[in-house]
Amino acid sequence: MAAPQDEVWSVWLRSLLAALALFGLVTTALAADRKLGIGRTASPHEIAGWDIDVRPDGQGLPPGRGSVKEGEALYVGKCAACHGEFGESAGRWPQVAGGAGSLKSSDPVKTVGSYFAHLSTVIDYVRRAMPFGDAQSLTEDELYAVVAYTLFLNDIVDENFVLSRETFDRVKMPNAGGFHDDDRETAEKAFWNPQPCMTDCKPEVRITGRARVIDVTPDDKAIRRSVD
Amino acid sequence: MDKDAPKRAARRRFLRAAGSAAAALAGGPALAGNLKNLPPNVPEWTRALGDGVAVRPYGKPSKHEAHVVRRDVQWLTASRESSVSFTPLHELDGIITPNGLCFERHHGGIAEIDPEDYRLIVHGLVERELIFTLADLKRFPRVNRIHFLECAANSGMEWRGAQLNGCQYTHGMVHCVEYTGVPLRVLLAEAGVKPNAKWLLAEGADSAAMSRSIPLAKAMDDCLVAYRMNGEMLRPEQGYPARLVVPGWEGNVWVKWLRRLKLGDEPWFAREETSKYTDLMADGKARQFTFVMDAKSVITSPSPQAPLRQKGFTVISGLAWSGRGKITRVDVSLDGGKNWREAKIDGLVLDKACVRFYAETEWTGGEMLLQSRAIDETGYVQPTKSELRKIRGVNSIYHNNGIQTWLVKPNGEVENVEVS
Ligand code: HEC
Repeated sequence: MAAPQDEVWSVWLRSLLAALALFGLVTTALAADRKLGIGRTASPHEIAGWDIDVRPDGQGLPPGRGSVKEGEALYVGKCAACHGEFGESAGRWPQVAGGAGSLKSSDPVKTVGSYFAHLSTVIDYVRRAMPFGDAQSLTEDELYAVVAYTLFLNDIVDENFVLSRETFDRVKMPNAGGFHDDDRETAEKAFWNPQPCMTDCKPEVRITGRARVIDVTPDDKAIRRSVD
Repeated sequence: MDKDAPKRAARRRFLRAAGSAAAALAGGPALAGNLKNLPPNVPEWTRALGDGVAVRPYGKPSKHEAHVVRRDVQWLTASRESSVSFTPLHELDGIITPNGLCFERHHGGIAEIDPEDYRLIVHGLVERELIFTLADLKRFPRVNRIHFLECAANSGMEWRGAQLNGCQYTHGMVHCVEYTGVPLRVLLAEAGVKPNAKWLLAEGADSAAMSRSIPLAKAMDDCLVAYRMNGEMLRPEQGYPARLVVPGWEGNVWVKWLRRLKLGDEPWFAREETSKYTDLMADGKARQFTFVMDAKSVITSPSPQAPLRQKGFTVISGLAWSGRGKITRVDVSLDGGKNWREAKIDGLVLDKACVRFYAETEWTGGEMLLQSRAIDETGYVQPTKSELRKIRGVNSIYHNNGIQTWLVKPNGEVENVEVS
């Protein structure tokens, strides 16, 4: 039988443990749920300068407008040196026009016209990253104009088109239906294999390709596209 | 003038360098070195005093390791500001990649950010829009996590067949690092996520303002806003002073130089999740939001840049990783996938991190066709390249996790090949 002192001792110990557990809970809660009071409120003015994203539903489109005609001069001056006069690419820079119908071929050419599913993606991207080396330098009108011209180079709009928030919805991107969500877990179900073969897994092993023949195949363009 | 001439010359130079390195090493036992340094002689470094402390305030590798560097393949891209350099996997062991050797992939060059002027804005569907300084980020509760980061385009050049001779080039867009940072969940709780928020836009402060949409469930699960790698502050080329860590997911979503997190109710379809980082299938349709990096492995030594130099006892060494969880097993084949045996995993086995595996053999000087095959805790088995191509075709560019084959020749040279 336990002596009274032991009893007292164990009660004390129990409450100590409970207190410690409580303390533990408090510190965990502090980190997980409660506001820590770090950082300060961002002002609308601060946010506005960095809030440059544009979504497919048009959220984020800036005010302003730009025509294909205005875009032509801008494109020639600010874009053509890299992307080519007709969007065909100058040297090894990305091609931004053409490639229609090539996605199934052995040499798919992905451009604004052949591959981009959403007009918002072009506006969002040019707004944040182009011209390469002079990012975020275009005014909102220039942005619309140069994107309108890129659409024109891809035969998506005619030469009289003016791009703005109001006309945004009228543009139909040719490859809009070209994408589906990741389906590896069903399409590649066979790769989950509880019993991978360990012995005599194939009748013969032949070498079917060698890197050393790279000297003749493939051409630089194919390799460059592969790393994009 | 033939405008492709410089490209071709560069390519020939690259191949010559790769070829001669292999040939020189394959010539038998290593050269004797300087006899004056060998016993019974007492070398210079033993007789004279060396550099004192703090002469090298930030220590660098030995000058004799100067060849262990990231390399790029210049003819791959139009400019170095939107390009890639590769981790020299064949020169490394263990699972941790040294900071200076972690591969680089930039879309607008390296942003050099003054930490005093660093700001991170959290806004959109939150109760309170917040702005943080770097000092603020460092005040949050922090965690340490070891994770691999693999570019979705790693091995992208190999879809159409064996092309590049060296695992640095075929597999070097992966690294594995210990990160210190704030769980993204804790940071977002500070702003208070509104119930209708479903997606998060992460945006960089670089000249590409690189942006990606991330499902909120992932953001609340295991993502970090990290500011340290392997103990020290992030390297500029890895996003100094703060980047997103998105364990197991393609490197492109690990936004570097992180400046903005915006909560929204649908994805943004940014350029990097539509024009790029989508996987074009043979039928001309493309998979989008293929975030997870499937299980993958590669033998790093021997490999084309690390030929065999000696017959006899040989350790085959490699790396394996999976974006779906822990690696449970790695198999190695010496005969091109006809027969397999289980390799030995040595060191830490962590969730969504690299593991190091070894297979020991007695090399008699015969030809070997080396392969490795990773298996993860979900039961996913790394497929062969032909199994992958059967489903995806060869236009996919991204997510090539097929089994790699190295041909070891009788002279010890190793070549990147494909087998039936
Ligand atoms: C100095 C060369 C250069 C200039 C000038 C330039 N770009 Fe680009 N552009 C690039 C590079 C490089 C990329 C790809 C960047 C990357 O890899 O992330 C690109 C990408 C693009 C893309 C996306 C292509 C795709 O398929 O994803 C579009 C659209 C684009 N640029 C439009 C423009 C427009 C419009 C202008 C003029 C306002 C412009 N660019 C000026 C070099 C340039």
